Amino acid sequence: MRYLPKSPSERQAMLQSVGAGSIEKLFESIPAPLRLGRALDLPGPMSEAEIIAWFQARAAENSLGYSSFLGAGVYNHLRSVVTDTILLRGEFLTSYTPYQAEISQGTLQAIFEFQTLMCQLTGQEVANASMWDGSTATTEAALMAARLTGRTRLVVARSLHPEYRQVLATYGRNIGLTAEEIPYTASGQIDTARLAAAVNDETAAVIVQSPNFFGVLEEVPELAEIAHACKALLVVSVTEGVSLGIVRPPAEADIVAMETQSFGMAPSFGGPYAGVIATRERFIRQMPGRLAGQTTDAAGRRGFVLTLATREQHIRREKATSNICTNQALCALAATVHLCLLGKEGLRELALQNLAKARFAAAELARVPGVRIPFTGPWFNEFVIEFPRSARMANRRLLDDKIIGPLPLGPWYPELTKHGLVCVTETMPRAEIERFATALGAVLAGPL
Amino acid sequence: MATYPTDYRYTREHEWVSSKGDLATVGITDYAQHELGDVVYVGLPEVGTAMKAGQILGSVESVKTMSDIYAPVSGTVVEINSELTAAPEKVNQDPHGAAWMVRIKLSDAAEPAKLLDAAAYQAFIAEKDSAA
Amino acid sequence: MKDAAKKIVSDGIRKAGRNVSQNEGLIFEKSAPHKRAFELPPLDVPAVDPSAALGAAHARESVEGFPEVSEIEVVRHFTRLSTWNYAIDLGMYPLGSCTMKYNPRVNEFVARLDGIATEHPYQPAEVSLGCLKIMRTLEKCLLEITGMDACTLEPAAGAQGELCGLLLIRAYLQSKGSARRTVLIPDSAHGTNPATATIAGYEVQSIRSDAAGQIDVEALKSIVNDDVAALMVTNPSTLGVFEQRIAEIAEILHAHGALLYMDGANMNALAGIARPGDFGVDVMHLNLHKTFSTPHGGGGPGAGPVLVKNFLEPFLPVPVLVEKDGRLSLETHRRTSIGRLRAFGGNFGVLVRALAYTLAYGPGMRQATEDAVLNANYIRRNLEDFYDLPYKSPSMHEVVFSDARQKKNGVNTMDIAKRLIDYGFHPYTTAFPLIVPGALMIEPTESESKEECDLFIDAMRSIAAEAETNPELVKTAPHNTRIGRLDEVTAARKPILRWRPATSAAPSPSDLSEPNPPSSRSSE
Repeated sequence: MRYLPKSPSERQAMLQSVGAGSIEKLFESIPAPLRLGRALDLPGPMSEAEIIAWFQARAAENSLGYSSFLGAGVYNHLRSVVTDTILLRGEFLTSYTPYQAEISQGTLQAIFEFQTLMCQLTGQEVANASMWDGSTATTEAALMAARLTGRTRLVVARSLHPEYRQVLATYGRNIGLTAEEIPYTASGQIDTARLAAAVNDETAAVIVQSPNFFGVLEEVPELAEIAHACKALLVVSVTEGVSLGIVRPPAEADIVAMETQSFGMAPSFGGPYAGVIATRERFIRQMPGRLAGQTTDAAGRRGFVLTLATREQHIRREKATSNICTNQALCALAATVHLCLLGKEGLRELALQNLAKARFAAAELARVPGVRIPFTGPWFNEFVIEFPRSARMANRRLLDDKIIGPLPLGPWYPELTKHGLVCVTETMPRAEIERFATALGAVLAGPL
Repeated sequence: MATYPTDYRYTREHEWVSSKGDLATVGITDYAQHELGDVVYVGLPEVGTAMKAGQILGSVESVKTMSDIYAPVSGTVVEINSELTAAPEKVNQDPHGAAWMVRIKLSDAAEPAKLLDAAAYQAFIAEKDSAA
Repeated sequence: MKDAAKKIVSDGIRKAGRNVSQNEGLIFEKSAPHKRAFELPPLDVPAVDPSAALGAAHARESVEGFPEVSEIEVVRHFTRLSTWNYAIDLGMYPLGSCTMKYNPRVNEFVARLDGIATEHPYQPAEVSLGCLKIMRTLEKCLLEITGMDACTLEPAAGAQGELCGLLLIRAYLQSKGSARRTVLIPDSAHGTNPATATIAGYEVQSIRSDAAGQIDVEALKSIVNDDVAALMVTNPSTLGVFEQRIAEIAEILHAHGALLYMDGANMNALAGIARPGDFGVDVMHLNLHKTFSTPHGGGGPGAGPVLVKNFLEPFLPVPVLVEKDGRLSLETHRRTSIGRLRAFGGNFGVLVRALAYTLAYGPGMRQATEDAVLNANYIRRNLEDFYDLPYKSPSMHEVVFSDARQKKNGVNTMDIAKRLIDYGFHPYTTAFPLIVPGALMIEPTESESKEECDLFIDAMRSIAAEAETNPELVKTAPHNTRIGRLDEVTAARKPILRWRPATSAAPSPSDLSEPNPPSSRSSE
């Protein structure tokens, strides 16, 4: 087998050295009744070409050739080929967690650069080396706020991604956290009056997303005031990091939990992505996740190490701030490379293109008879459209035109069954946007 | 060899207590700081916290380990040594003096006398070391 | 001392030579206004003014301090950084319980295919059948390998798999009206186990290992009661030893209505040989970035699928992959489910890689397990006269020594590990498991050739000799890395966690790492 570097005679020689007549002897410590005693019933073995052919056949059963207007926390953005050039270098791809700093400086310096970029983007003082994704980062931020305040009540925007709220519930209920949901208004933003009424001195954190699930920007300074008035913390979740190219960062937030998938990670049917937590320096000791810190060796040369490890599972064990061990280092590296490629001007231009394309699409769709754009708040590259009747039926027909249409919101928001979420990024050609509007017009004009 | 002040009292968890009337000062011993290595952080309770003997009072961290500090006596925390935030290395340099950690108003002024005296504590750690 | 060190460094070491590595500052230090690395295609729709569209209060001019560099500078920067790393592609990582095996490149290729990498998790099932088939095929393979009944591919890593497992146990026990408060964890366990139990809302009770390094079954009998929800076991244990009485342990737990959770981190010793489902495990997780070859990438991503016996299936996290009349779909609502662990499903890209690995081996996966166990035993045999072996029980895929002999000269496991770097290897796992003071935990995996194993053995023997004849050399190692031991104390006391522009504490060029000292170059 091509992955096994031993010849039969070498195996023999090694068995002899060990003093075992056969390999079976080395498994005698497993009681006989527990041994499998038959070959595994698995597909394969496959050669490299067969493996490739198998997956190509799967790829052909997916959505090749379709135009997708999906966003909702996972975004189609241009990825430079340079990113994979770096990611596929064996010294990055096949290296281990940088616990042995002297032979991991590549990884550690890249993490330090990632942490810096995240602070610059979010307007916060310190950031960690990545969490599993935006949804678990948001949940960890909530847990962090609970630890910092000693309180157990969360006040959560209904416009926070529905699946993020589900994850929060799964984790929160095991350690006694409760969550109250605050509805949105006609602008698509959180209802600040209801929020102010709900926040009290038992509130650990107010949790919002901006741009929120409907694509609308929240008024972060105002929300921070409401939270801080009761000594609660403000957690802002960001799912579309590209927005931070032209949108003011949530600097008033106490904790920012961001998904970085938009920066160089392919959608890949749900993962892997990389979340990050960025916060104030005074909260460092309660922040989960790894941290790379700058230091020097005995000769005064600059280097980097994992630091503040005493927060982590391998030292604190049952007192750890989190149980996270593996993070998303390679994905974070993708984000780092991608952001260095974009740079200051590139990120701004990218954000501007997203804004322009999405506005164009909204204008085109608004002209289709029967279509409304209900929310009035400021928005970036996603918006909700309202159909005359069911969003799902319209989508079924659009699929026949090889268009993956707006994400139906009914399954998550029972009051929004006629609504769908549209995302348009820099990757969508104008002609496809126009084709979408035309096709939608035809679908709505015909019988549904 | 470290000197263990004879007017202090000690616990088997390596805390020391120095008391006068109903005010007690608490820290960790030279043995403890030596075991920990370079101290990087000291976590202390808030002033006003009520403490029961045996309860966790705070924590002290080195690069690779974290240890809980246990309250050797019961009472209320009336003062904490905020210098240790900026200079945790004091714990290594002067564990019995400048690196005092908290001052407690005792609920029972007689409690410290029941703890180990310097001789008993030194015997205890000598036994620990020879068993290792 | 320095000259003597250099002599020994170049004489005795076969695997590693001195490498001229390039200096490289932070990307921010190369930045200059208006340099660009990326160009976008021209905008084909009317431009929109952000202040007008969003309102002035929301508008941002630019990201302060963001790098401005060219494409070649990005390529050189990260290429140079990469040359400072050790990697599996360069040589063995003998790290215990990490299973640092070869990361097959075809896995990277298929994960990047158009139609695989490009798929959105919310696209309709009609255009996602390929993805669903990939997931179902992997599930079936993992079930066959583990002997379990049902599976979830959602957890993002081993630690999340552990949490999932405990939440499943809790949900099940609650459904039986028997909520319990305690989870038992062996003192040899990995730190994620107690951390996870706490996050799942359980109290942790430690159970000790006996003289053979196995779970003390008598102690277990005396502790198990109706308040114990589960025992979290790693099998083989972190000592690399198979829990011989595992079936009995399972019975004791089950008799009290408690469950057996297995941490599958050491599955590399069992695949194709024995199946946890056959020896009483009720729920377990696997680490795809260990046994199933997905790349560590400097610390992740991984994936931690959880496999269960049928009675736990109703509680699986959503979305659940269901197959009905040959049709696959993702069920997102399930009344009895423990809920959702992560948005969008699992780390699909990692699942693709694990499946590619499994397809490459097929039933031949057994051979990999045999080679892994052979390598570990070969290393054990050839080092047991040089290093103290605290537990004499048979080793499976990993072996644990201690530094007891070397300690007599003041040399400890950390020092030996650092000296191993000079010999061209990554260190083994130091100071774990906690029940072995001064532990050296070594797992070679099946990916190591006899040649690499022999080089490792030679290196370890040489270091053992150095510990006696020249302990200072070992205690001050490493000697030929581009950077020496770093000051972790200052890094923890006064953390510097980000770069800041020149006006504050940014280092001057003289702080940059120097190339190998001039005097040593002439000796090459």
